[in-house]
Amino acid sequence: MAKDLLTPKLISEANRFCPGCGHGLIAKMIAQVLEERGVEDKAIQVYAVGCSCLISTVVRADSIQAQHGRAPAVASGVRRARPDAVVYTYQGDGDAAAIGLSESLYAAYRNENFTAIFVNNGVFGMTGGQMAPTTLEGQKTATSIYGRNTALTGQPFKLAELVAQMPVAYVERCSLTDAKHIAQTKRAIGKAFDNQLAGKGYSFVEILSPCPTNWNMEPVKAYKRLADVVSGEYKLGVLVDSEEE
Amino acid sequence: MKKLVIYKNRCKACGFCIDQCPKDALSLGDEYNASGYAAVVVDDDLCIRCGTCYRVCPDSVFELVEE
Amino acid sequence: MRRMMKGNDAVSEAAIRAGCRFFSGYPITPQSEIVEYMSWRMDEVGGSFVQSESELSGISMVYGAAACGLRVLGSSSGPGFDLLQEGIGYIVSAELPALIVDVVRYGNGLGEIVPGQSDYWQVVKNGAHGDYHCLVYAPASIQEAVDLVSVAYEKSEYYRNPAIMMYDGAIGQMMEPVVLPEMKEHDPDQFDWAMKGRGGEPQKQITSACYYKHPVPQNYVDNLRNKYAEMEKNEQRWESYMDEDAELIFVAYGIMSRSCREAINEARKQGYKVGMIRPISLYPYPVKAFESLSDNLKGFISVEMSALGQMVEDVRLAVNGRKPVYNYATGKMIPDTDEFISYIKNVLEGKEESV
Repeated sequence: MAKDLLTPKLISEANRFCPGCGHGLIAKMIAQVLEERGVEDKAIQVYAVGCSCLISTVVRADSIQAQHGRAPAVASGVRRARPDAVVYTYQGDGDAAAIGLSESLYAAYRNENFTAIFVNNGVFGMTGGQMAPTTLEGQKTATSIYGRNTALTGQPFKLAELVAQMPVAYVERCSLTDAKHIAQTKRAIGKAFDNQLAGKGYSFVEILSPCPTNWNMEPVKAYKRLADVVSGEYKLGVLVDSEEE
Repeated sequence: MKKLVIYKNRCKACGFCIDQCPKDALSLGDEYNASGYAAVVVDDDLCIRCGTCYRVCPDSVFELVEE
Repeated sequence: MRRMMKGNDAVSEAAIRAGCRFFSGYPITPQSEIVEYMSWRMDEVGGSFVQSESELSGISMVYGAAACGLRVLGSSSGPGFDLLQEGIGYIVSAELPALIVDVVRYGNGLGEIVPGQSDYWQVVKNGAHGDYHCLVYAPASIQEAVDLVSVAYEKSEYYRNPAIMMYDGAIGQMMEPVVLPEMKEHDPDQFDWAMKGRGGEPQKQITSACYYKHPVPQNYVDNLRNKYAEMEKNEQRWESYMDEDAELIFVAYGIMSRSCREAINEARKQGYKVGMIRPISLYPYPVKAFESLSDNLKGFISVEMSALGQMVEDVRLAVNGRKPVYNYATGKMIPDTDEFISYIKNVLEGKEESV
């Protein structure tokens, strides 16, 4: 008889993410992964600023809020202070790829033994949908109202590819496009935590996620945009797997 | 046979589960939940208990439990 | 057992002996010795050291380790100390203990690597945004710095508020005989707020206290006010030197107070009745030292290694208009004894304007 499918115990039902937001899905998968490995009571989540900061109200693990962008550095301190904890960072575009780029890359550079979750939804959500490093060419945002001009502002930022240059354990980019891709995302998150538990080093999962509110789209259409538009620019797949090398 | 439990007050009527359900068993209901969303309802005859809705819902609306 | 130690090394060792087991920082003159010392010493005691890629990252790591209940140390100087402010603000806001050292170099921007006292405003009146104070200690000798390290840790844990120890490059670089305390073990699990994974308990959230911890806004305001009121009542530290019969009282801290003391001794020989109040805590400022002022006291001379005079404002506040206050702001120089005595003469002859 198959097991019951239940809401993870770590998840709080008071979930203030927008309808259709990918954060809720990712939060649920992190909770499932931790509970499946029996480590939810050892987990310390390090988040920062932006819509991603609501993670601490949804995943009820011990949590610390870092300054904007500094979650990987704060996590590096937590990692050393509590060697037995299961430590992970949870960040969005601004946090991981803009203001926090240095901290992201240096945590990878040091091959820190924690799990990094990067939610790429192509905008700065919490502050009202401004352009992010990950915004696509021509995409309209609050600070690119005629569409992003990548000639002036830079190309869509490929953080997973940058992290993959560092001596890390694991890098994968996934998407929340549909049930099949969501299952792959969960496998990637699972692998990223398994690596930490085995002491293999830094595991980074970039997840393409919808922002229906700031994309001005109905949720179902926003999920479709991940498949039709975003995945064309951001290639899915495993970039680094130290086990395979 | 498993039962599909719907926590209707968690639902935000995003429609993703309706889009992903392989049997078109889900639809937005007629009643508004405590947050003002027309929460999802299931046609029990069409539902095959595959668990797809459980896996794709961002708000943990669904559970599949033994009857 | 007394041994000769460099200031920065002694403070680092004092932190280790107080149970500090996490340091992260970045080299900058004149505090690089702290980074260097910790790079090998932390390992010896089973602690963690990271040479961070920047001060910004370093203070963030210190914040993370502090949140887990460890005794932590951060340090910097000048422009590096500016980069610590974001992290200090978050440590304050999360109501965590920590010890941060500012080894002051003189000047604005890149400044110079010579000693100075030009960071008073930043350290005492806040470098980060918001409604807060750090406990601030200003030792005048290496031994005093060593002794204040364990005081700073205890107080910062009691109040759940970071402490800053500020001394200048001279104290950081010079060598003096010190007696170090015994090694003390610190238990990070003693605090009910320390993060370690929830272990079956409800979730702990380390974040801005006014965001999550005080859902009723008035509690947050009251708690903040009460915390600092208690500090101001109980944590003032100072030394009075020859001030009972003094006609002029110098107010000086840190390295300046040492030259001042020597000048006072010489001035007394020449018949000038002068003394000194030496603040040891800069927040809370030792206003109690200024409470009773004798009739023959003619004024206060605030002496600092700054061009504008920064502490002089707090002297004025403490004196509250009862006596004249003179701003002897010496730039990046420490006056020699003759210059001090000239200044005394000028004040007595009415040639200096009070502020």
